[in-house]
Amino acid sequence: MSVAVAISQVEKRFGSLRALAGVSLQIGEGEFFGLLGPNGAGKTTLISCLAGLVRPDAGQLTVMGHDVLGDYREARRRLGVVPQELVFDPFFSVRETLRIQSGYFGIRHNDDWIDEILANLDLTAKADTNMRRLSGGMKRRVLVAQALVHKPPVIVLDEPTAGVDVELRQGLWQFIRRLNHDGHTVILTTHYLEEAEALCARIAMLKAGKVVALDTTRNLLARFSGQTLNLRLAGAVQLPPALQARATENGGIWTFHLATLDELEPLLAALRVGGCVIEDLRLTQTDLEDVFLGVMQEGRVSERTPC
Amino acid sequence: MLSGFRTLLYKELLRFWKVSFQTVGAPVLTALLYLLIFSHVLESHVQVHGVPYGAFLIPGLVIMSALQNAFANSSSSLIQSKVTGSVVFVLLPPISYVEFFLAYVVAAMLRGVMVGLGVLLVTMWFAPLTFVAPHWILLFIVLGGGIMGTLGMIAGIWADKFDQLAGFQNFLILPLTMLSGVFYSIHSLPEFWQLVSRFNPVFYMIDGFRFGFFGVSDVAPESSVAVVTATLLLVSAATLALLRSGYKLRS
Ligand SMILES: Nc1ncnc2c1ncn2[C@@H]1O[C@H](COP(=O)(O)OP(=O)(O)OP(=O)(O)O)[C@@H](O)[C@H]1O
Ligand SMILES: [Mg+2]
Repeated sequence: MSVAVAISQVEKRFGSLRALAGVSLQIGEGEFFGLLGPNGAGKTTLISCLAGLVRPDAGQLTVMGHDVLGDYREARRRLGVVPQELVFDPFFSVRETLRIQSGYFGIRHNDDWIDEILANLDLTAKADTNMRRLSGGMKRRVLVAQALVHKPPVIVLDEPTAGVDVELRQGLWQFIRRLNHDGHTVILTTHYLEEAEALCARIAMLKAGKVVALDTTRNLLARFSGQTLNLRLAGAVQLPPALQARATENGGIWTFHLATLDELEPLLAALRVGGCVIEDLRLTQTDLEDVFLGVMQEGRVSERTPC
Repeated sequence: MLSGFRTLLYKELLRFWKVSFQTVGAPVLTALLYLLIFSHVLESHVQVHGVPYGAFLIPGLVIMSALQNAFANSSSSLIQSKVTGSVVFVLLPPISYVEFFLAYVVAAMLRGVMVGLGVLLVTMWFAPLTFVAPHWILLFIVLGGGIMGTLGMIAGIWADKFDQLAGFQNFLILPLTMLSGVFYSIHSLPEFWQLVSRFNPVFYMIDGFRFGFFGVSDVAPESSVAVVTATLLLVSAATLALLRSGYKLRS
């Protein structure tokens, strides 16, 4: 598999803030790649470096082998970015916006493809509506459309589903999946982790400008596989110290990770012995959200051996 | 290769054309009001260079409106797209900074020429105009519009907020254009102010432009063209350097 996007040792400071502290990533052609991380982790900054909107202080980025600074024309031709901010040009209609955007990429007669994008994003009825008169979700769809006018081999979506209704979200993912199936590389950031879990084959987690986890989604889930047990205790009884070391607490809810269900019975027994009374209990299959929280808390994933 | 320039130019033209009532209509009306008021007050009393005041005033109003609107076009387009964030649409595609520069400046110049033409069409009926040397007329409005479009780019790139842009406009552009001989010949000024005017490049644009109509001017048009061209090269070089560095556009 050849490399679609190569990011090596990228650093970026904003004043005294280190937004990117040496990020290295390689994303293969045709991958569906997730870039996750809490607010302020540096996801958008990294995407902006890739798109040439932000100049890194150090490091190198290439898109399909073209350096984003030295060979920016070729690099940008191959990149389509859906920006996180909901921006639009209030002077134009949807179709004008897309025609103009095509022109910037040197594509003159693009109406067939524009119509196809519009149909897939359920915008056909709004094609001649001025951008100002669109709802927020529709504006976001136009942003997606704008990123696709030049059929870029690499598509970057920075939280494309924020504020988009359920039906369209499904439609959008179907469309993006199809593009991915046709060979387009997709890089996605989102705070909807179930979305990332369902779509992305590989995931990088970013925290304070650093990559803290990078693996296939399956491996990430497997490393954390098993069950998550959430429970609330009655009264002011403390957990026995031996159990406290295994658990994390958040708002009176204790969370345990169980590799297998066999661990459940001894745990409950230990609670009984410690004099704890369970007020509420919930047992769930580990999902990406648990992995995410685990990684963000102390990089636990790397400490646990894969099963 | 040039499709970025072409499309960006088209977009910029479409942008002001869609609101041409404000971008062309309004300045034409303003200029007409100036003409009616000033020439009504002064017509019977004043002649400049042997030309009746009303006729003298018209070319000045034409190019002043053109210059101010050229500045307004590039500066407001840039600041608007910066404030709304839609500037990313022109930063993401493979458009070089030279194409970027040319598209904004040419669009600004064309808006200036269009406004100038509009002002000329509505004012020329009020006083006897001649067109002694049309090539000077065209040359000065094109060069002047280019300079102002370029200054507008600098202002639009530099300003983060609309009031900063208004400051640039009110404290630099407006005085430069008003105090440049639109309403008078600088020979009617005290010596000190004559000297000051000679450091104002807009004075040369207006003086040379007016020469195209009447064949008389304070300064020889060849000298004015030299000053104006040098100014254009200077501000263009500065703007290109700004764009190349990514100042305020690519952090
Ligand atoms: N232009 C800028 N000037 C100064 N600081 C900035 C700038 N852009 C981003 N930052 C800072 O850099 C850090 C990373 O921001 P970034 O937008 O990349 O985060 P993110 O991971 O995309 O977060 P979110 O999930 O909220 O979108 C933040 O602390 C942010 O405040
Ligand atoms: Mg972001």
